[in-house]
Amino acid sequence: MMRHLKRLYIGIVFFFLYAPILILMIFSFNKSRYMSKWDGFSLKWYADLFSDRDIMSALYYTLLIAVLSTIIATVIGLITAIGIHDMNKLGKGIMVNISYLPILNPDIVTGISLMMLFVFMKLELGFLTLLLAHITFNVPYVIFSILPKLRQMNKHLYEAALDLGATPFYAFRKVILPEIMPGVVTGMILAFTLSIDDFVISYFTTGAGVSNLSIIIYSMARVGIKPTINALSTLLFISVLLLLLIVNKRTSNNNGKEKVI
Amino acid sequence: MSYETINLIDVSKTFDDTLVLDNINLYIRRNEFLTLLGPSGCGKTTTLRIIGGFEEPTTGKVLFEGKDITHVPPYKRKVNTVFQRYALFPHMNVEENIAFGLNIKKISKNIIEEKVKNMLGLVNLRGFEKRTVDSLSGGQQQRVAIARALVNEPEVLLLDEPLGALDLKLRKGMQIELKNIQQKLGITFVYVTHDQEEALTMSDTIVVMNEGHIQQIGSPIDIYNEPKNAFVADFIGESNIVNGIMIEDYVVDFGGYIFRCLDSGFGEKEKVDVVVRPEDIKLVPPEQGMLKGRVLSVIFKGVHYEMMIESNGIIWKVHSTLMEPVDTIVGINIFPDDIHIMKKVMVS
Amino acid sequence: MKKSWVAYPYVVWMIMFIVVPLILIIFYGTVRTTPQGMEFTLEHFKRFFEPLYIMVLVRSLYLAFICTIVCLLLGYPVSMILASKEYRDKKILIFLMVIPMWMNFLLRTYAWLTLLEKNGIINTLISFIGLPKMDLLYNQWAVVLGMVYNFLPFMVLPIYSVLIKIDKSIIEAAEDLGANSRTVFRKVIFPLSLPGVVSGITMVFMPAVTTFVISRLLGGGQFLLIGNLIEELFLKSGEWGFGSALSIIMMILILFSMAIMSRYEKENEGGGLL
Repeated sequence: MMRHLKRLYIGIVFFFLYAPILILMIFSFNKSRYMSKWDGFSLKWYADLFSDRDIMSALYYTLLIAVLSTIIATVIGLITAIGIHDMNKLGKGIMVNISYLPILNPDIVTGISLMMLFVFMKLELGFLTLLLAHITFNVPYVIFSILPKLRQMNKHLYEAALDLGATPFYAFRKVILPEIMPGVVTGMILAFTLSIDDFVISYFTTGAGVSNLSIIIYSMARVGIKPTINALSTLLFISVLLLLLIVNKRTSNNNGKEKVI
Repeated sequence: MSYETINLIDVSKTFDDTLVLDNINLYIRRNEFLTLLGPSGCGKTTTLRIIGGFEEPTTGKVLFEGKDITHVPPYKRKVNTVFQRYALFPHMNVEENIAFGLNIKKISKNIIEEKVKNMLGLVNLRGFEKRTVDSLSGGQQQRVAIARALVNEPEVLLLDEPLGALDLKLRKGMQIELKNIQQKLGITFVYVTHDQEEALTMSDTIVVMNEGHIQQIGSPIDIYNEPKNAFVADFIGESNIVNGIMIEDYVVDFGGYIFRCLDSGFGEKEKVDVVVRPEDIKLVPPEQGMLKGRVLSVIFKGVHYEMMIESNGIIWKVHSTLMEPVDTIVGINIFPDDIHIMKKVMVS
Repeated sequence: MKKSWVAYPYVVWMIMFIVVPLILIIFYGTVRTTPQGMEFTLEHFKRFFEPLYIMVLVRSLYLAFICTIVCLLLGYPVSMILASKEYRDKKILIFLMVIPMWMNFLLRTYAWLTLLEKNGIINTLISFIGLPKMDLLYNQWAVVLGMVYNFLPFMVLPIYSVLIKIDKSIIEAAEDLGANSRTVFRKVIFPLSLPGVVSGITMVFMPAVTTFVISRLLGGGQFLLIGNLIEELFLKSGEWGFGSALSIIMMILILFSMAIMSRYEKENEGGGLL
């Protein structure tokens, strides 16, 4: 009895979580633009989606910003994490606490503060400011993914490599980097998904002509229902699902236990 | 009131199609210190958990003072447990941990306080009342776990390898202390361990288990001196176990010599296991020995030397306080009361 | 071998893009321009205490509070059931719990927009059984619903991860000492899960109190939260001074409650609660 009640409860919660997404997906194939009734199967919203220049350009910017900001943030974060790891207690404390600010602060505060900075610097809001903002909120996540790995690492490894004749750069490449690689990968994945998903900070730091998908969805949804968004959701949901499955499979193959969530 | 506190009757247990207990029959007497001894995976912990009520047997019954308690949940049994890794409540201090069971019984505050105080005295932890659990050493945590169980005045205390996580010296001390507590309070202890020495030191009764079967039940002296089969002999203390053939009653052939022994009742020419303890082998000059052998190796073990001696293709382990150098030829004597003859059993 | 110098480039970046922007907020929040130039002022903060704006703050806190309570009541049992040994396939269930979090949260919110609107699915079902259509959208309950939907996994996951780590033998020990399942929950499981509950509350309350998207999409224009107010001040009316002051207040609010929560968590670790 209790068992069935528990199953029922879990069922209801998952229904609550998934029903809205599933309905959205189903109605992306509806002929009618209204979601009150089913008018027959159609792919016309998908066709609309791919011919909508605003959405296509937003997709382009979303991916471009995500890729660029991830690469730059990973490089900066990796180098900085190694530097922070070697700092004395005070320096480490200051660096860690300030880097934590963008994570702790509400996104809206980070967003408007960056916007004020860009306006103050007379930078025109657009692609560059958007990219700078994304790098700024991504770097801390990379740093905090790598720092624990550095702490776990045997500190004599690097010295052993030097002792055996490796140059510092060679020792970094062949000894340190492989040790902290899992942290680097986690940081990268985190940065990429945060960048793709971000709305609030992007909303305040971009300008006319440059939008990402979140911004487009927001401005369309404010006006009302548009079935192209349903089609877009379906495609995004499926790609997220595929990506997660691949990442999950890869990590569970690699180390059995650890799981990227 | 019956003389037996707990009875296990035809108890079997399977986990996911693996048989871990096969038809166990066991009674536990009032006020005895009974030890379940065996290698890991022998079913000793499962037996204990069935008595505690954490597992239900697949078939069979558990009786407590004659009453069937097979399906009674743990919180309604007059049995308490000291868990393997103590399982202290991390969010409570020492005092709150010990008072946990009493608080549930809704006993008045004064009495609880009194009892907790007495218990802390018994386990030598006075003054630790307000300490957090993780500020204690392993040995201290162990004492809290014992006090937490004993304060409920159980009829039977179950202890699941309680000293397993302590270092050797602490273990020895705690063994004596536990035995003292048991004798002082007159409670039945059921103790699980894989350490044969611990079992021999503390128990009134030892139950040797292997692969879900009981191999032998008896007093420590019985089990050590009269192991029922080769498994028990091997598990309890060190032994030389060799193949032999019974010639007739009181005469056995092994190791290339015909020995006199004290055993009878075997079939003629029956193949048997012969067990000889290393300390029971006497070394003599070669010409006086029943067997002749060559010393292969010598290790100093503190109190005695351990020598491996080869004779007629058999390697004997010998403990002696006198050292014979490697490659010496020595004589080996084994006297009738040091020879233990056992029926061959399939021990996989 | 000190390599700490390699972090210096980021020090510059950090000062530029983290420290300076925060200084700018404080600057704009405490300065006004007069014909004579700039001068220090607290007028922006004073303005906040007008009943209109206090109401906005109260409403934000109230809705976030309701959302947190609902998430806790709804999510705790979910975590407990998922952590119980009955489910062998719990990895898959946890995976299913995580997937919606990876979905763009604007889309998750938009999904409810389509469900709740006048001609949406729910109203179609309602009229199908003969009841009049209802105004489900653009009220505060729609906003709470959207928040709960978006943030529920943030409550479930931390509690689950604490529950799953509780040593089974501790629960057995409590049973052994005479506790029935209710007492085991009350005296052992719940107190031990408190760190998870605290981080769940933090992870739900913080985004709920600062959101402006959910309230804009599901609450329409009229249910103004503090986030919406800040958005309007910066993007529509251009009142940077007052907007900055509000941002400072919000930041203090968040950092303050974070500090309380983390202190509470630490106290809890040492035991002694209940």
